[in-house]
Amino acid sequence: MGFAMANLTINGKSINVDVEPDTPLLWAIRENVGLTGTKYGCGIAQCGACTVHVDGVAMRSCGVTVSEAAGKQITTIEGLAGNGALHKVQQAWINNDVPQCGYCQSGMIMAVAALLKDNPKPTDQDIDDAITNICRCGTFQQVREAIHAAANA
Amino acid sequence: MNHMPRLNRRAFVIGGAALGSGLALGLDIPFGGPAVVRAADGSPEVNAWVVIRPDDTVVIRIARSEMGQGTLTGLAQLVAEELECDWSKVTTEYPTPGQNVARKRAWGDFSTGGSRGIRASTEYVRKGGATARIMLIQAAANTWKVPASECTAADSIITHTPSGRTTTYGKVAEAAGKIEPPADVKLKDPKDWKLIGKGVKRLDTADKTTGKMMYGIDVKLPGMLNAAIKACPVFGGKVKSYDEAKIANMKGVKKVVKVEDYAVAVVADTWWHAKTALEALPIVWDEGANAKVSSASIAKWLEEGLDPSQQAFVGNENGDVKTALAGAAKKVEAIYSYPYQNHATMEPLNATALYTADKCEVWCGTQNGEAAFAATVEVSGLPAEKCDVYKQMLGGGFGRRGNTDYVRQAVAIAKQMPGTPIKLLWSREEDMQHGAYHPITQCKMTAGFDADNNLTALHMRISGQSILFSLRPDALVNGKDPATFQGLNPSGETAFGYSVPNLLIDHSMRNPHVPPGFWRGVNVNHNAIYVECFMDELALSVGQDPLEFRRKLMTKHPKHLAVLNAVAEKIGWGKPAPQGVYRGIAQHMGFGSYVAGAAEISVTDGNKIKVHRIVAATDPGYAVNPAQIERQVAGSFVYGLSGLFYGGCTVKDGRIEQANFDSYNSMRIAEMPKVEAILMPSGGFWGGVGEPTICVAAPAVLNAYFAATGKRIRSVPLRDQNITFA
Repeated sequence: MGFAMANLTINGKSINVDVEPDTPLLWAIRENVGLTGTKYGCGIAQCGACTVHVDGVAMRSCGVTVSEAAGKQITTIEGLAGNGALHKVQQAWINNDVPQCGYCQSGMIMAVAALLKDNPKPTDQDIDDAITNICRCGTFQQVREAIHAAANA
Repeated sequence: MNHMPRLNRRAFVIGGAALGSGLALGLDIPFGGPAVVRAADGSPEVNAWVVIRPDDTVVIRIARSEMGQGTLTGLAQLVAEELECDWSKVTTEYPTPGQNVARKRAWGDFSTGGSRGIRASTEYVRKGGATARIMLIQAAANTWKVPASECTAADSIITHTPSGRTTTYGKVAEAAGKIEPPADVKLKDPKDWKLIGKGVKRLDTADKTTGKMMYGIDVKLPGMLNAAIKACPVFGGKVKSYDEAKIANMKGVKKVVKVEDYAVAVVADTWWHAKTALEALPIVWDEGANAKVSSASIAKWLEEGLDPSQQAFVGNENGDVKTALAGAAKKVEAIYSYPYQNHATMEPLNATALYTADKCEVWCGTQNGEAAFAATVEVSGLPAEKCDVYKQMLGGGFGRRGNTDYVRQAVAIAKQMPGTPIKLLWSREEDMQHGAYHPITQCKMTAGFDADNNLTALHMRISGQSILFSLRPDALVNGKDPATFQGLNPSGETAFGYSVPNLLIDHSMRNPHVPPGFWRGVNVNHNAIYVECFMDELALSVGQDPLEFRRKLMTKHPKHLAVLNAVAEKIGWGKPAPQGVYRGIAQHMGFGSYVAGAAEISVTDGNKIKVHRIVAATDPGYAVNPAQIERQVAGSFVYGLSGLFYGGCTVKDGRIEQANFDSYNSMRIAEMPKVEAILMPSGGFWGGVGEPTICVAAPAVLNAYFAATGKRIRSVPLRDQNITFA
């Protein structure tokens, strides 16, 4: 039985997914496409664990439907590194030993990558305004250091 | 093979260190001797802790669970220190609980809570490393036909000193695995440590930056279906009925199942379908006896327990408080309270189970693999040798994943669908409303001074919930919950830091129906607020500086005092603060470590707090990885301050009202103060670091808030008092 087939472009690949058009992009990515680096944390666009890029903009994929995402360029954490080289945010995360449990970090890294694209040298205030992801382990001190390190990389 | 003993499931929660004998029923797999035990990839085990691959990769086995706290790396450092291996070649793996049972608990306790992961393992894991080193050296010596005493090892290379010949661990590991292990080994003197005490990078970072790390929620098995679950919203209630015909035709739905007597699960092709159908499923609950309980009714019951005439368990007593208070020249009283709080691990609870008639396997994040294993054995009804649990990375634990409710549920569902792997995932709403909550308490502090303003009497009456009563009744001592008195005991690893001539700390135990759990820091969170805020109140009442007032009471507690002095000095106590900035200070002891904190805050409009800076000192005895300890300190303040500002779960009609992060908020980076960690390991003991420091953040901030505003806050969270982050 086929539902309304949607075409998504994820990490540069065109993928047909057999889901209802109102399915949250998060669940299409995780369950239908099978990319599990994007995490479920709240389902109400509060925590940011599910952050992906939609046409280059950081969005919480639990709050975006498949029909809204169709035809747009979607990048997940798995697609952030290009040509085999880690993105500078990922590298800064490794250099600064940022993650603790790591569960929120896919979303955190995607949010930071989008911030640095728009604002290559963010101030602390810029970081405070732009990065609103929840991290229950409390990695914020290392996150801030690593953002500055990535900006200067 | 023996049968798994029938054990009380409550005994298998996080604190189950005493379980050993119950689980040690196992197979007799020899260590050493002619048969080499092999890892799954065929590489030889030198012993249970160390596998060395032919390419010299060192695989160190880790029994405790990694949930972000860095234990995986710290434990590997302990083994590697004695093993004398090349740290750059170290990787880790988890033995399974089933293997532990089969091998007579070769890896000891799997329980990961109470900040015990490292401190309770130090002796035997280091011996594991040392034993392996001796066997490897002996194997090389045998090859060369020289005495082992002429050989040394460093960085995975064995050298025969007189001849200068060398070989590597990888080349002799196979032979080493056949050597009889030495009966006893001598561990290094701490002054000779090279790796312990070094802030090496974590071993598990790279995959956490690329999305490759596997958490329980990411498990995929062939033919797997997904389950969403709803338990009776009132704790203790049951399922009365549900109308599965209403959702039978919804997309992807495969089956609706009752889970034990209190929950219903929908199984579907995807979790999104399962959750969507579950929300549409009409369920009638038998809410039971607790359907009218509210926060107000709980508060009233706890308040009654503050009356000194009420029966109470004594945790710490010296002198005669009653007489001393009666004769005091001045009395000071205050009542404090602390709420229910949810762990809210970032990864909602989940477990994947596959049940067949002769096997039951579970994949999950758990803080106690053996507890999850025991739950699997019990619910599946299969013998222990037919069960196993495969631990995944935990997306946060904080105590919640020491419970096994979610594992039991997954197995109970899978048992109703034999042969089909079932991944059970809780929604965030289910997670918020079916937690194992920080216990709720109130506290009445009563102090007496003599005519010269000396503190002569202190009565601390705690009224409220016991965690052990619910989760480990076997650990109660004549009805008393010793864990209630964390940081308040006369001596030991959670000792009270003050000397008062007449002291009484007692607990009127009252256990509402809301299930309590071990929440990062456990009882030190409220105990530190009660004691440390009241210390400031007492200092104020006699016109003394809060630091100087404390110091006079701490002369017999030099380690408590040392951390307090350290934060006082670094924050600049006694020196002018920046314009508009106010300071607060606190100290406490928990989990074997001495901790203190000092905060600098500013307040606008009387209710908007900016926490600028927190200085925190920790004396954990020995520090295995200072870089990770600093991260635990900073991170625990995010957890603790989130709890102070936002963390309150309220009860209405017998159920928890908060359902997601919109009503149960958590700190963001904008609210994060700069944390300056002072690590001052004084040696000679092993204290924990994952939890103790958390408790000093809240009282330090509350004391600073008083300094700024003259208003004393005596209840948590600040959310409910219209106080927010600036």
